[in-house]
Amino acid sequence: MKNNKVFISGDEAVAQGVRLSRPHVVAAYPITPQTITVERLSEMVEAGEMDAEYMHVESEHSAISATMGASAVGARTFTASSSQGLLYMAEGLHYCSGGRWPVVMMNANRSVALPWSIYGDQRDSLSLLDSGWIQVYVEDAQEALDMIIQAYKIAEHKDVLTPMMVNLDGFILTHTYELVEIPDQEMVDHFLPAFETPNKMSFENPKNLGFSSRPDDNTEFKYQQNEAMFNAIDVIHKTDKDFADMFGRKYHGMVEEYMCEDADVVLVALGSVCGTVRVVIDKMRAEGKKVGLLKIRYMRPFPVEEVKDLAKRVKAIGVIDKDISFGYEGTVYTNVNSAISQIDKYVFKSNFVGGLGGRDITKAEIEDMYNKLYAGLENKSEETVEFFSLNVESND
Amino acid sequence: MSRPKHTEYQIPQHINDYPTGPQYDAGFLPEKNAGWRTFKPVVNHDECIYCLRCYLLCPDGTIMKDNGKIKIDMDYCKGCGVCAHECPKDAIAMEKE
Amino acid sequence: MTKVLDIPKVNAKNMTEKEFFYGHKACAGCGGSIAVRLALKVLGERTYSALPAGCMSAVGFIYPQMAFNSNAIITTFPGSASMAAGIAAGAKALGQEDFKTVVFAGDGGTADIGFQALSGMIDRNDDVLYICYDNEAYMNTGIQKSGLTPYGTKTTTTPAGQNIPGTVTHKKNLFEIIAAHDIQYAATASIGYPQDFLNKVNKAKHVKGASFIHVYASCPTGWGTPTETSVEIAKDAVDCGLIFLAEYEDGEYKLNRNPKEFRSVEDYLKKQGRFKHMSDADIQCVIENRDKKWERMRKNWL
Ligand SMILES: Cc1ncc(C[n+]2csc(CCOP(=O)(O)OP(=O)(O)O)c2C)c(N)n1
Ligand code: SF4
Ligand code: SF4
Ligand code: SF4
Ligand SMILES: [Mg+2]
Repeated sequence: MKNNKVFISGDEAVAQGVRLSRPHVVAAYPITPQTITVERLSEMVEAGEMDAEYMHVESEHSAISATMGASAVGARTFTASSSQGLLYMAEGLHYCSGGRWPVVMMNANRSVALPWSIYGDQRDSLSLLDSGWIQVYVEDAQEALDMIIQAYKIAEHKDVLTPMMVNLDGFILTHTYELVEIPDQEMVDHFLPAFETPNKMSFENPKNLGFSSRPDDNTEFKYQQNEAMFNAIDVIHKTDKDFADMFGRKYHGMVEEYMCEDADVVLVALGSVCGTVRVVIDKMRAEGKKVGLLKIRYMRPFPVEEVKDLAKRVKAIGVIDKDISFGYEGTVYTNVNSAISQIDKYVFKSNFVGGLGGRDITKAEIEDMYNKLYAGLENKSEETVEFFSLNVESND
Repeated sequence: MSRPKHTEYQIPQHINDYPTGPQYDAGFLPEKNAGWRTFKPVVNHDECIYCLRCYLLCPDGTIMKDNGKIKIDMDYCKGCGVCAHECPKDAIAMEKE
Repeated sequence: MTKVLDIPKVNAKNMTEKEFFYGHKACAGCGGSIAVRLALKVLGERTYSALPAGCMSAVGFIYPQMAFNSNAIITTFPGSASMAAGIAAGAKALGQEDFKTVVFAGDGGTADIGFQALSGMIDRNDDVLYICYDNEAYMNTGIQKSGLTPYGTKTTTTPAGQNIPGTVTHKKNLFEIIAAHDIQYAATASIGYPQDFLNKVNKAKHVKGASFIHVYASCPTGWGTPTETSVEIAKDAVDCGLIFLAEYEDGEYKLNRNPKEFRSVEDYLKKQGRFKHMSDADIQCVIENRDKKWERMRKNWL
């Protein structure tokens, strides 16, 4: 394999992944911290490195509409957004998954106004968990690049035909420079076949798309969509394996475990914070504490079996949520908890909500989470939900 | 074929009988619209000068050319009366179904 | 742009006998369906149609009844222009040639919620013909006021009572707003003047890039008119001067019809349930607005 390593940011890595995937149409609207991606893509089109129609759409709603339109004639498409932009697309996100158009998008995870904040948390994409998109969360720039390529293969699979969102933590990943290996174009072409779909308009086989259905049929179309999302699980595993065989990098499919084999106490997290958690684990392990990490890669489809399997093996599970469903708890926690409840065993559970609007999650805080999990276990508590990094005294 | 015709629809028995997503063959017509009519257009071919104004203006496109005469597809005519109203020769009468 | 003279005229005699909008569920006598049907006959087989939520999509794609006999898709309500632009871009990127992408959107889908996308589409000069069929209200949701509902109209959100004459605003000046983008080709039309409409669609078909047609299309259900008078009423609207036939091409406005005398506005209004309640003063307001507009058009466009 050719060694082609470059020092680039997460946003640039995404752009490289897109270039290598050869989309026919790119339509995106700028928003911090996604902008570098769309700027690089424009430059690549300008330089002739990419043979795509670059559409300067006037909004995110139009970005998703335009990509759906292009997909509906059988073109491979890419869009990118973040935060307010992603929310502005919301109508189109549901429309796109219901239309079964495998658009691939990069979302730079960013907080949602109000108050305004351009910095990271995951409230944007998690609030759209039900929009029918496959959602993957990556941890570094290399994974971002690789997952864009994989995303096309997964989304366009005939048993899946479902759009896919690749999520990168804003700034922490989008703007941080890392050494990234750029795969060889020929190998990517070999890995990623041309896009074929029955779900398109053509002059050989004219179709009416995006129709309305009566109550007699609507449930069946939704059942089918749900089935396709579940079909994605096998495709995700197979794609990960094929990718590893060809490019030598493996991401372990739905989740990735770290030090979980013999762990008593485990934290569950998404995205870039996993790196910090690993550092804390190494330290605590050295002190003899049996701690581990479950990095959830896919929030949809949800890794139910993997979470159940973990819960059978460990004594306490804490979930870090860089989001909050007001009046309840973190969304990742709700999902994890629902999987844990499917097994018949006591596990102490705790939800740690924080890292909102760009606030750092420190090693000390993570160590504190592990210690709280040990304490809860000792007291045989049921569960706790807390904001872990308030800078001031709360009313509780 | 100049216009789609009524086609039988097989009611799906299995989930795989449905198309993948909301997509279906253009011009697939399992239902007729004839039941909408209370009046039907009747052409007096002796008066008709084949000017094609009715053909042009029918909202449902149900008037066709047939060897120098106009003919109406009664499966899809809704009986709106536009053809009769617009005919310069009053060659179409609207009669109660 | 292809020279107008070189484009063979399409008329009832020579147009394709193929029907592309057939077996739909529009109300009997629906003017919008005349506009869609005729435009598709001019555009022909190699057409992608994009329709936002609204009557023409609601009546055309009720699974399993597929009333478009060529490629067609329902778009989100605000996103018809951008989805159509995506279709055109995708088909081009796939190497397809010799095809047309067309939007059929209602007045609400055009002048209100879809306007941002439409403006972007024209700005980018995407290869799309955008046809707005104007029935002067949100019909599909039950006759509510839109930005193109004319002064006086009674709708379900502008009830005519003691204090308000129904709609209190005049129609947005859509044609000039579109022309202000310096679009290659824009036109107004009415299904009451079908040959003029066919000619304009035919012209727009040959534009490479964005073009726009605003076609007045009666709605017997929403207007309170007999189904058989749909074409007549759309002609009356032009003849009384409330609707004008014009084009914008190569940066120039052109008035296609400049009648010496207008037919009676009052007669036109009184034929329709939606205007029945209007007082003489209301009608006078409509006439004054018409005259002001014509004075300006005649001064600037002739
Ligand atoms: C985002 C969004 N808002 C509202 C609606 C509801 N809606 C569907 S059609 C329609 C009215 C359409 O009016 P117009 O564009 O004039 O077309 P017409 O029905 O009159 O043909 C409305 C309000 C919708 N589908 N989507
Ligand atoms: S409009 Fe009248 S005269 Fe003309 S073709 Fe139709 S029926 Fe004949
Ligand atoms: S009655 Fe209406 S639908 Fe029937 S043929 Fe005449 S114009 Fe067409
Ligand atoms: S409500 Fe009006 S526009 Fe809608 S289908 Fe009926 S006649 Fe046509
Ligand atoms: Mg309308």
